[in-house]
Amino acid sequence: MATDGETAAPGGEPAPEAPLIELDGVEKVFDVRRRTGFLRGERRQVRAVDSISFTVRRGEMVGYIGPNGAGKSTTIKMLTGILTPSGGRLRVAGLDPSRERTRVARRIGVVFGQRTTLWWDLPLIDSYRLMHRMYRVPDARFRENLDRCVELLELGELLEVPVRQLSLGQRMRGDIAAALLHDPEVLYLDEPTIGLDVVSKVRVREFLRDLNAERGTTVLLTTHDLTDIEQLCRRVMVIDHGRLMYDGALSGLHAVGESERTLVVDLERELPPIEAESARVVKVEGPRQWLAFPAGTSAAPLVARIAADYPLVDLSVREPDIEAVISRMYAGKAVS
Amino acid sequence: MKAGGTAVRETAVRVVDVHPFERQGAYERLRDGLRAYRLITAMWIRSTMAYRASFAMTAFGNFAATALDFAAILLMFSRVDRLGGYSLPEVALLYGVSGVAFGFADLALGSMDRLGRRVRDGTLDTLLVRPVPVLAQVAADRFALRRLGRITQGLLVVGYALAVLDIHWTPLKVLLMPVMLLSGAGIFSAVFVAGAAFQFVAQDASEVQNSFTYGGNTLLQYPPTVFAKDMLRGVTFVLPLAFVNWLPALYVLGRPYPLDLPEWVAFAPPVVAALCCALAGIAWRAGLRAYRSTGS
Repeated sequence: MATDGETAAPGGEPAPEAPLIELDGVEKVFDVRRRTGFLRGERRQVRAVDSISFTVRRGEMVGYIGPNGAGKSTTIKMLTGILTPSGGRLRVAGLDPSRERTRVARRIGVVFGQRTTLWWDLPLIDSYRLMHRMYRVPDARFRENLDRCVELLELGELLEVPVRQLSLGQRMRGDIAAALLHDPEVLYLDEPTIGLDVVSKVRVREFLRDLNAERGTTVLLTTHDLTDIEQLCRRVMVIDHGRLMYDGALSGLHAVGESERTLVVDLERELPPIEAESARVVKVEGPRQWLAFPAGTSAAPLVARIAADYPLVDLSVREPDIEAVISRMYAGKAVS
Repeated sequence: MKAGGTAVRETAVRVVDVHPFERQGAYERLRDGLRAYRLITAMWIRSTMAYRASFAMTAFGNFAATALDFAAILLMFSRVDRLGGYSLPEVALLYGVSGVAFGFADLALGSMDRLGRRVRDGTLDTLLVRPVPVLAQVAADRFALRRLGRITQGLLVVGYALAVLDIHWTPLKVLLMPVMLLSGAGIFSAVFVAGAAFQFVAQDASEVQNSFTYGGNTLLQYPPTVFAKDMLRGVTFVLPLAFVNWLPALYVLGRPYPLDLPEWVAFAPPVVAALCCALAGIAWRAGLRAYRSTGS
């Protein structure tokens, strides 16, 4: 099996430290033609990805975020072998995806959040049987993987249902299972929770966390939902205008972006603005007050202080908007 | 910003397990491609069978439409005895051979003109992450058994022509009949693939492709004598559709060739078909390469 490839190398040096994904100065330049007249046009070069370097170790779970058009999808497309980089060096499991597309394809799983790869008019199980044969998964292995996915993604009742009758959340779970039946070493997810209801989101996240913990499957996901990153990824990479703006822990991202979380406090009665050194009141509306505090710090001490000094009825914490964090980061960089 | 500045190390020396599936010579690629084609067409057949009544109706409709197509020629012959010097059974032979050859290509690759749409809406990408050749996946796309209708109709027309015509059969002529049909299918297939390859660059060119495939088929249904010399030169030397039926069928009928071509060209179709397929294959690879470098 592909997954045993590294350790089974006879006499070869085990290379646990070798990164699964390596990018070194990877670029992608598109020629964009714009029409200026009937037959005249001008060519312009767009750097969708501009000299990006990073490595991902086996078993990591990384969030890859950025605004629309930042270069996220282009990076994923290069990692999966769909697009050929214009420059730089890129390796997945030691292979060059653009030159060895089919070999890389056997080792990776891909889920495009907005495009299903399931067969619309056929029962879900038929799509899985096709994967079984197309990827030449050994029978026992296929059964085992399928049973596991069916159990954890709660697909049992859905296997005989034509895909067109599934809800969006059910279809997404079906798509994730389809991407995992051939034991991929790395799973790429492009917006896996987009358009899903809260319950489905929670289920998908739980499954991915288990997959990563139990199987050690490396996961790289792009998302607009900051909660996905918070609940799944210790590491986050931010890309904007084709450049890697940040690579590190999520808390660090908030520090860099100087973003703030908001604590919404309901008091027993109308009171003057709360005084706390680690936070400032940004709004008061009757007994309700809004306090902003740095997103990199914990809310617990602040909550404890307020609970001790004020008649607290209820509270909630609001996360900063990722787009806002990134735009602030970008603005900060442009100034410096 | 902590972007990996680690020294790049060549890891290719590592022994990578070689799955039998991964040894990729030309033969293996072809075998994998055909296998994938079979798997995907089976899925499409099952999909159409999910709507049995619809399948039955479209299959019948397809047959009826092609039958009416030949009725147009019958109608013409109710007014004239000869068309460009050819009798009805002779035209029927040309018509039927072209129809069957085109029908086989249409059955095997008929939905390749949808490639442009796949490029535009991005669904081509989902095919590029599969461990099988993209050509096989695109070729099998929307495989439809209803296209058997055209082949059936073509075979019936050929049968009629052969029954009525008084051909002086020789072993060579007998051999030429199946060779002609298969080579013709090969030539039309090459046109389908080349047309799809062009759609990597021009995504809205599906009608251009159709004008060469469906248009070419319509052209070949009539005897070459009704067309202008330049047209004949074009379909002989540029887009060699004349080798699908005209040249070999004229040999079988014992009729003179257009353009004063030598007699042996009747046996050139297999070579022409192989050449066309090779060129189409090159065009396809170039198109796919262009797509993977521009992504548009």
